[in-house]
Amino acid sequence: MQRAALSKPLPAAFWLALAALSLSLAFYAKPLGEALSLEWLVDYPKLWIVPIQSQISAAMHWLIDEASFGLFTLREALRFLSGLMEVPMNLAIEGLATGLLSGTGSRAVEIFPPLSWIAVTVIFAATGHYAKGWALAFVQLACFLYLALFGQWHSAMLTLASIAVTLPFGVAVGLALGIACHTWSGFDRFMRPVLDLMQTVPVFAYLVPILFMFGFGPVSAMIATIIYALPPMIHNTTLALKAVPDELREFGTMVGCTPSQMMRKILLPSALSGLMVGVNQVIMSSLNMVIIASMIGAGGLGYDVLFSLRRLDIGAGMEAGLAIVVLAIALDRLSQALATRHPPARKTTSRAFPLNYPRSFLCVAVIAATWIGGNWIEALQTFPEGWQISTRQYWGELVKAINLNFYDQLEAVKLFFLATLLLPVKGFMLGLPWAWVIGLIALGGYKLGGWRLALLGTMLFGFILLTGQWDYAMISLYLCGVSVLLAILIGAPLGILAAEVKGFSRVMRVAVDTLQTLPTFVYLIPVVMLFNSGDFSALIAVTLYAVVPVIRYTAHGLDQVSPNLIEAGKMIGCSKWQILTKIKLPLAAPHMMLGLSQTIMFALSMLVITALVGTRDLGQQVYTALSQADPGLGLIAGLSVAFIAIVTDRFAAVAAKWLTAGG
Amino acid sequence: MKPAVTKLACRNIWKVFGPGGERFLRGAAKAPSRDAFTRAGLIVAAEDISLDVIAGQILVIMGLSGSGKSTLVRLMSRLIEPSSGELIFEGKDLRKASEKELIEIRRHKMGMVFQSFALLPHRTVLGNVAFPLEVQGVGKAVHEEKAQEIIRLVGLAGRENCYPRELSGGQQQRVGIARSLISDPHIWFLDEPFSALDPIIRREMQDEFLRLQSEFQKTIVFITHDFEEAIRLADRVAIMKDGRIVQIGTPEELVLAPADDYVRQFTKHVVRAKVVSVRAIMTAPGPDAAYAGSVKATDHIEDIADAVEKAALPFAVQDENGRIIGAVGRRNIVDVLIGREQS
Repeated sequence: MQRAALSKPLPAAFWLALAALSLSLAFYAKPLGEALSLEWLVDYPKLWIVPIQSQISAAMHWLIDEASFGLFTLREALRFLSGLMEVPMNLAIEGLATGLLSGTGSRAVEIFPPLSWIAVTVIFAATGHYAKGWALAFVQLACFLYLALFGQWHSAMLTLASIAVTLPFGVAVGLALGIACHTWSGFDRFMRPVLDLMQTVPVFAYLVPILFMFGFGPVSAMIATIIYALPPMIHNTTLALKAVPDELREFGTMVGCTPSQMMRKILLPSALSGLMVGVNQVIMSSLNMVIIASMIGAGGLGYDVLFSLRRLDIGAGMEAGLAIVVLAIALDRLSQALATRHPPARKTTSRAFPLNYPRSFLCVAVIAATWIGGNWIEALQTFPEGWQISTRQYWGELVKAINLNFYDQLEAVKLFFLATLLLPVKGFMLGLPWAWVIGLIALGGYKLGGWRLALLGTMLFGFILLTGQWDYAMISLYLCGVSVLLAILIGAPLGILAAEVKGFSRVMRVAVDTLQTLPTFVYLIPVVMLFNSGDFSALIAVTLYAVVPVIRYTAHGLDQVSPNLIEAGKMIGCSKWQILTKIKLPLAAPHMMLGLSQTIMFALSMLVITALVGTRDLGQQVYTALSQADPGLGLIAGLSVAFIAIVTDRFAAVAAKWLTAGG
Repeated sequence: MKPAVTKLACRNIWKVFGPGGERFLRGAAKAPSRDAFTRAGLIVAAEDISLDVIAGQILVIMGLSGSGKSTLVRLMSRLIEPSSGELIFEGKDLRKASEKELIEIRRHKMGMVFQSFALLPHRTVLGNVAFPLEVQGVGKAVHEEKAQEIIRLVGLAGRENCYPRELSGGQQQRVGIARSLISDPHIWFLDEPFSALDPIIRREMQDEFLRLQSEFQKTIVFITHDFEEAIRLADRVAIMKDGRIVQIGTPEELVLAPADDYVRQFTKHVVRAKVVSVRAIMTAPGPDAAYAGSVKATDHIEDIADAVEKAALPFAVQDENGRIIGAVGRRNIVDVLIGREQS
């Protein structure tokens, strides 16, 4: 049945007619509905909204306030759990940032100082040298000196402390779940949709329930971060284990490994570099979360950014944002190098003990020296304030200068896009009757992927409709759609250039790598700086973020076209242009299509964050839920975003299959 | 000659891939046709395989890719569970062994070498070779000493602390060989061990392999897709096609009496003088003929050709006890070399 639907595509005229009908409906549905008294088909009546939202909220309140296990209540259990997690958290914060204090507030007495800025810098530089040699050591040195020099040290160490605690938790839990998925296929089948959902539900959505359960503070932030960072770790663990060659498994069986020996001695060590990719992603996800997590009590750089964004203090925000970028680059490069590091051939060493481990020795020596020396020379302990450089006022002045001199031009650009692109599309999306949209989804789903896809699409969008999120969802769809379109228009040519022009490809790779390392929030700062808040700013931020996978998949798709085919093309006498258009692009198309669904995911995840610059979409709903501590609204709006992501992902996947089968 | 002792015997081994394969096999009164399997959505990887692996001999299983030879060696070691049939290893049915017994058997009685070496990337040469003993729980001092010894034996002394990626392909497979021999297995499986190597290195490794075998006298199952390699190494060769064994025999038997055209295609280009023994071409000894000298019935033509060619008279052919059982002359040898039917 599915195959029959695929093999007989409807004529293009049908789809064109459908599009034309949609367009006219978008404009005339309202008067038409009123005339025929079928308004309920156009605008979903408020009365019909199912009160799931308030029920969830009530259930949450009951759980927290009343639920009891007999001996103790749920609230007590959660408090106990968070107390338990507070221990390593406090230890890390004390060790890196505040030092061990006795007493509170201004009367606090320092019993034990935190690691000095010199010691931390040396430790990271030494690890860099261990992982990849002097170049990386220098990068680490530069990054950490930057943090000290530009006065971001204390906040950066708070952020680093939270990552230092999150990382082992995230890695351990992710590893355990990944191994479980690998071992029991039933568990894997159960986890797969859960992971899908976890990766598509925007982070804001689960901040609310966490806030409810664990209260405001670093522990809540840490739990949210772990949840956010888990899916990539689980995913990478199962992937890495699956990638272990069959022969190695067979070898393990043939030497008589027990299942546990097989896991410990063969699978995990062989999969190590894949696992380290997961660790790298946990670190990057944690960094990505720092700003978001600061909404529920994480301090550090994220809080600084959030605080200044709220006050529209661009200078301070820029400083903290750049510090996050620097920290992200340092940690990303370091963990990537550790992931790909090959142990050098062991040399028989006969030198005296400390010289066998020169780097560890150096670190211990520096820690000791700065700790002792710090008692007399303050500069050894904390970077002197007098040496610090603040760029704050320059950024502020830059913004002022831009606004003074280019206000009209920027405003013109903004208005142009708003008038010609954003507003018409928005009007179109909001004008469409809900019944028509759901009908289209069902029809498209059936024609492209059979009745299963039609059912899935109808049900998920039905949920959005029934819970009263329809209009917000349409705004999300419109912003996401326009940004993805722009991202493709910008990214595809760049990707082609990166693949075709040698010198350009290196520049592009660095740019793409850096863009991908940047935590999502950072994109917002310069955009708000130039265009203030609103849909246009959101559009730019989302497009910037979503352009990365477009470039990457396009370039990669072109790169992986077999050189044999290109040589064959050359020998037939194709021009460069012909090789590109007739050989490379068609062959790269399936890969580029895969990139499309990735792009949509990226766009949706960024979209939620742009709620901070005042869009009126589902992201805003989630954000509102957070500020009102309304777990029901948060969950429903979050699920709605996830459902949009899931439906578009499935549609993109079948469309890709359809296109490649046709071509 | 020692009497032939069967180390491992396959009795009517079947392997059918696909859902419900075993049930389908059990339900059938007699062996179903291939079409019947295909119609049931099943793939036959091994069809009714029966063969004996003789102690101290090299059995080479030769077949082209997809012929089921790699599946067969995995069936013999129960890496793949047979769908039906018996596997008699040292007198016991291996298929009835529990998981625990199987682990013990594999730890102490089986060794295996893999096509792409299957070395653990995170361990040094020493760590890889000692690994089987480590799994068995043998103390570190003992297993490192034993590993050193066997590393020396395969010619890798001085490379103990290298990682696999620092070695050439040939060296990596030497590690694989050393590792599979360290627990002194009773039966040694080699799954296309030299297929991933360059021709010259392959040749060198074959010599090395024969040297080791002359030292250890292992019972060996050797998989290859290279017919030349098969006849060079084998005591007996089993030729596989589409999951069936087409013919089992000594290289000489295959060359002289190929079972069908498929086998003949392989044997056609073999240098016969290297494979055919004097016994196969000798003529009946004359009543009181004059001989230029004597050769053994088991000698290959290649070894005696020069001597026979130089002499005007034929040579006497002796059996193991020195009795004259035939004669061989120039014409007999030329017949073999040019592939002329014996007159």
